[in-house]
Amino acid sequence: MSIRIEHLNYIYSQGTAYEKQALKDICLEIPHGEFVGIIGHTGSGKSTLIQHLNGLIKATDGTICYNGENIYGERFNMKELRNQVGLVFQYPEHQLFEVDVLSDVCFGPKNQGFSREECEKRAREALKLVGLKEKYYQSSPFELSGGQKRRAAIAGVLAMQPKVLILDEPTAGLDPKGRDEILEQIAYLHKETGITVILVSHSMEDIARYADRIIVMNQGQVMYNSTPKEVFAHYKELEEVGLAAPQVTYIMHELAEKGLAVDIGATTVREAADSIMEVLGR
Amino acid sequence: MIRDITIGQYYPAKSILHRLDPRVKLTATVLYLISLFLFKNLSGYLVATVFLIVIIRLSKVPFKFIMRGMRPVIMLLMITLLFNLFLIKEGEVIFSAWIFKITEGGLRNAVLMAVRLIYLITGSSLMTFTTTPNELTDGLESLLKPLGRIHVPVHEIAMMMSIALRFIPILLEETDKIMKAQIARGADLESGNILQKAKSMIPILVPLFVSAFRRANDLAMAMEARCYRGGEGRTKMNPLRYTGRDKAAYAIVILYVAGVVAVGRYVPLHIWIF
Repeated sequence: MSIRIEHLNYIYSQGTAYEKQALKDICLEIPHGEFVGIIGHTGSGKSTLIQHLNGLIKATDGTICYNGENIYGERFNMKELRNQVGLVFQYPEHQLFEVDVLSDVCFGPKNQGFSREECEKRAREALKLVGLKEKYYQSSPFELSGGQKRRAAIAGVLAMQPKVLILDEPTAGLDPKGRDEILEQIAYLHKETGITVILVSHSMEDIARYADRIIVMNQGQVMYNSTPKEVFAHYKELEEVGLAAPQVTYIMHELAEKGLAVDIGATTVREAADSIMEVLGR
Repeated sequence: MIRDITIGQYYPAKSILHRLDPRVKLTATVLYLISLFLFKNLSGYLVATVFLIVIIRLSKVPFKFIMRGMRPVIMLLMITLLFNLFLIKEGEVIFSAWIFKITEGGLRNAVLMAVRLIYLITGSSLMTFTTTPNELTDGLESLLKPLGRIHVPVHEIAMMMSIALRFIPILLEETDKIMKAQIARGADLESGNILQKAKSMIPILVPLFVSAFRRANDLAMAMEARCYRGGEGRTKMNPLRYTGRDKAAYAIVILYVAGVVAVGRYVPLHIWIF
């Protein structure tokens, strides 16, 4: 279930005055079951990159292999790829259209060709996973609050039971509570079902907390591709491209400069607190 | 896929045509369009062709880009061509098979009409290629100002036009995004008969309308928050002012129109049946 990207290039509006190279020679490998975070500045190509992964955009150059099969191959079943690689777009609530929440979530499984009962079963499971209360199932998706709409829309992709779940800024525009709840649910889903999760965000804190590996994009290229600890060690370089390390990284570095022997590689508040306690308690 | 439509699109370049006052370009385009119908002789077409080529070169818009704008109107062109070809019966018969008969007059009319249409479209798209939508509405507002005296809401019309134009790319992008989102959910937009195809548009049209209304609402709110209350007493940040260049352009266009009409009417030129 791995995804392998080799020398991927993508040029927008090729051959016109608006031509722009969005991706430059991307090489990546995402094994099954990993929780990957992709961060980058606006316009760094992260959204373009993830749309390649389920074949919505065709690369100008380069190959993508899903389970070792070239997705640009002649006999490749693109529909099956889209069933297996679920993509939740930014502001997914903008794609809701049905008369009630349950039918909207059923849209995906229905397109996959399941029976009515099976669609509903899957939809209910998905809605439970995102934590939307049962009383909302029959209401119009347009009557829900922002956070609830977002959950319903994410459920719409989850109901297809993908093997790989890609989320493009799933928490944009949500309040801190809604943000934490959605991220917790994604982390729970990852743990329970073992699916691959690719989370695109520009919040370092969010990504540091959940991701096994971080891919930093800058101007269409992969800048770093490694564990959170290693990536955040480059916090000065990250600042230069308009990103920042989580706040704890800065605190730990300053504490270390002041002579406290704390672990400067701590990436979450929990780790940082433990490390400080350990040093102080000695 | 939707991005291929080039009619009405702006092509950024640095040319004398881009720098001209939008009022000049608007007036010149209208005059040019009218002039295309004021002559019959082949000599007129020659003058118009030369003029058009010079203008295209001046605009620095690649010829390929202009041709791409032709694609959507090919159907229309073909229909006019065929109708003229088979329905006009004048002069000698050149070709005849079964019920189809092509006459000299039919062929001449068909070809000349097609040329005229192509020149018409090229001329007007050259204006939009070299003028930003904002300039265009500014120019239109200023040209139509006299109509305000007879209570035509010129400013409001111009504002509506500029908002509509401004939102075309946004809504196109939105459509693209929604289509992708639904395709990612397994929507099939291509196969099936017309009824199924129409039905498969619902998941795209509903969110599109919802978002268009949401945007309209947001925009109205934002305009009111900035105290927008119509055109009365409103000043412009960059008011339009004619320069020497614009006056020269006016002169050239008037000279061209007079020239092409005079040549096209009084200088006979015959090649084969034309």
